[in-house]
Amino acid sequence: MTRRLDVLVCSGAACVSSHSAKVREALTQEISRQGLGDEVRLVETGCMGPCELGPVLLVYPDGAFYIRVQPGDAAEIVEEHFLKGRPVQRLLWEDPEARRIAEKRKLVPFFEKQSKIVLANCGMIDPENIEEYIAANGYEALGVAITEKTSEQLIQTIIDSGLRGRGGAGFSTGLKWGFVAREESPTKYVVCNGDEGDPGAFMDRSLLEGDPHSIIEGMAIAAYATGAAKGYIYVRAEYPLAIKRLRTAIEQARHEGLLGERILETGFSFDLEVRIGAGAFVCGEETALIASLEGQRGTPLPRPPYPSTVGVFGKPTLINNVETWANIRHIILHGAEWFRSVGTDKSPGTKVFALSGNVCNTGLVEVPMGTTLRELVFDIGGGIPGGKGFKAVQTGGPSGGCIPAEHLDTPIDYESLKALGTIMGSGGVIVMDEDTCMVNIAKFFLDFSCDESCGKCIPCRIGTRQMKGILERITEGQGRPDDVGKLRELASVLKATSLCGLGQAAPNPVLSTLEHFADEYDAHIVDHRCPAKVCKPLIRYGIDKSQCRSCDVCRKACPVEAISGTPGGGPYVVDDEVCIRCGSCADVCPFGAIHVAAGAEVSVAVPGNGAI
Amino acid sequence: MHKQPAHNACYTKLSEIIQANRHIDGPLIQVLHQAQELFGYIPTEVQQFVAQEMEIPPSTVRGVVTFYNFFRTEPQGQHTINICLGTACHVKGAQRIVDVLVDELGIHVGETTADGRFTLTAVRCVGACGLAPVMMIDDEVYGKLDREKVREALQRYAA
Ligand SMILES: Cc1cc2nc3c(=O)[nH]c(=O)nc-3n(C[C@H](O)[C@H](O)[C@H](O)COP(=O)(O)O)c2cc1C
Ligand code: SF4
Ligand code: FES
Repeated sequence: MTRRLDVLVCSGAACVSSHSAKVREALTQEISRQGLGDEVRLVETGCMGPCELGPVLLVYPDGAFYIRVQPGDAAEIVEEHFLKGRPVQRLLWEDPEARRIAEKRKLVPFFEKQSKIVLANCGMIDPENIEEYIAANGYEALGVAITEKTSEQLIQTIIDSGLRGRGGAGFSTGLKWGFVAREESPTKYVVCNGDEGDPGAFMDRSLLEGDPHSIIEGMAIAAYATGAAKGYIYVRAEYPLAIKRLRTAIEQARHEGLLGERILETGFSFDLEVRIGAGAFVCGEETALIASLEGQRGTPLPRPPYPSTVGVFGKPTLINNVETWANIRHIILHGAEWFRSVGTDKSPGTKVFALSGNVCNTGLVEVPMGTTLRELVFDIGGGIPGGKGFKAVQTGGPSGGCIPAEHLDTPIDYESLKALGTIMGSGGVIVMDEDTCMVNIAKFFLDFSCDESCGKCIPCRIGTRQMKGILERITEGQGRPDDVGKLRELASVLKATSLCGLGQAAPNPVLSTLEHFADEYDAHIVDHRCPAKVCKPLIRYGIDKSQCRSCDVCRKACPVEAISGTPGGGPYVVDDEVCIRCGSCADVCPFGAIHVAAGAEVSVAVPGNGAI
Repeated sequence: MHKQPAHNACYTKLSEIIQANRHIDGPLIQVLHQAQELFGYIPTEVQQFVAQEMEIPPSTVRGVVTFYNFFRTEPQGQHTINICLGTACHVKGAQRIVDVLVDELGIHVGETTADGRFTLTAVRCVGACGLAPVMMIDDEVYGKLDREKVREALQRYAA
């Protein structure tokens, strides 16, 4: 019998952690039990996107999309669908019931508002099988490039396409290729930056895991265009699956004559090696990455000289981000005009974002540049869960900033985001609801930058520590009147004098929250109050007398015996001196009687609102 | 402590790895990754061995080992708990999960329990932000954590 069905099982990180492996095992067992081994094939794919609905399955050719599949559903799916051809309605996302859930959770736009170019293969093909990639027009662009085009033509096409680096800075990719091509050197390198250090981002990971050949193809085209014979893919050690799949893909490409000597029987030779990082955020910066790739401590160097002149082992080097590489083959195949027809004039194409935080639909999304933040957060993301209000959306990770509600209609492109005091960054988008304290968020990012500062230059090494210290004391209720001024002063020194982008951009989270949420800083510093009720020294736990039924649950849950009372003996009380503000009591109270007040000082109990 | 024969075998293997990497440019970090896989961590003796075999100063090796978060110079517990402190997890209350872990295990981040069962470390994003807050115990990801789920997860490794 021939193969009838391909069942794609998402094995992106989120689905794996919702135990997609167990679902796959159960399916495998059922398939062989029903004797369908030859007809139905299970394929492990990269992230399909809607992580919130995992584990998810996609069945080809009928396109049935199953959500929230449990191992226990395997028997039914195999028997009803794979054997009898009747998809299991209750698990399909289009099913009226599932669709109603999807609609209620505003999930329809999650699927319908996206436009997938670089992610088109992710979740659709088996990343460990080069034939599937080739079947999806894979390596066609490479073939066209090396047999029909000159270096100049290719570079001109990339310049004309307007493609800009997706690693954060948004520099013209075509111009960069041109710089490297122009260098007179017998040895040149191309490098893929797969360090993806932004905490809260997993776009590059999904691409490397879900479509590794698209990166290889992009790099091979660039190697031909710039005159490089060797390339490196630098991947962070935290992504073992990506490393494994890349190595498999490279092996397969070599075997097919798509890497190695005399590719496709032309005079062009190119080979790739995977290099593993070792956990340092600064190694995403290109000069630090090069040092790390060479086996050294990853500290940045002053630029110029740029890597395009002096790069890996001192040779001219072209370095691009994972997603930038993944765009190349599409531009070569469909042309610069086509690429420019997507996105905006100055930022053509699409961008992949990792949507997370306080948003209903989390996961990986790809939208045309120029989509507004509102569309991203409220349409595709489905808004804020739990009926909470929106407070801010953060882009650009530790180098970016927070955007408040009034700017939600800003189109996503490099310039517009910059004007708001943030950056496009690599694509992490974190949505924050009303319960988020913006001073705490600023402190979080400064803590990160301080931790990750390589220590090479003084403004960053000491400046981040100082800024973090000030933020710490503000969140502890020890803020001083001139602290905001001090933060601004330090920020301008860091921006102006740090050696690399880490130090230069580290103040951004502070500056953007100062700009858009100044009142929260005032509340902390002047009133010793944390309006979002996050900063522990600035909140108090209390029990609402009218709601407490003296059930004793909270007293038992408190790890420090701060709660006293006797069962049935009237409202319990919290001893503020003893309380460590761990929130255990609020978690367990069946009557919602535990309340948090946003101030260190005792406020007068107002009947009805629960403040103590 | 490692038993001596096993230890010797590790050194022999490491020596082979170093030989095998001689032909590549700038191999130190790649060698150290494999050394850590062999020994579980990279103590001073291993650093010195690498330096000697690769004919580079021990200070160079130490400089690299201490620069990167991924390399450990202390032995690890039987299971490693990596609590994610990335942005998405932070926004979803990762700090409270840290508090619960610290409370349950009686150790701080970066420490190992007295019985050698757990090492608690913090990482920045494991790439499962959609399930925040997240932790990993060895290779297993645990998502959408709350106090109860943390306790349940720890239970599994208690035996
Ligand atoms: C502190 C710091 C971290 C960076 N991290 C990354 C990263 O994780 N991935 C990435 O592609 N670029 C990162 N970059 C940007 C790179 O330096 C470089 O601009 C980029 O890899 C160029 O590729 P592109 O033109 O395709 O964007 C980082 C820059 C700085 C200053
Ligand atoms: S700015 Fe910070 S990270 Fe960059 S070189 Fe200076 S100390 Fe290192
Ligand atoms: S921030 Fe925790 S998994 Fe990404």
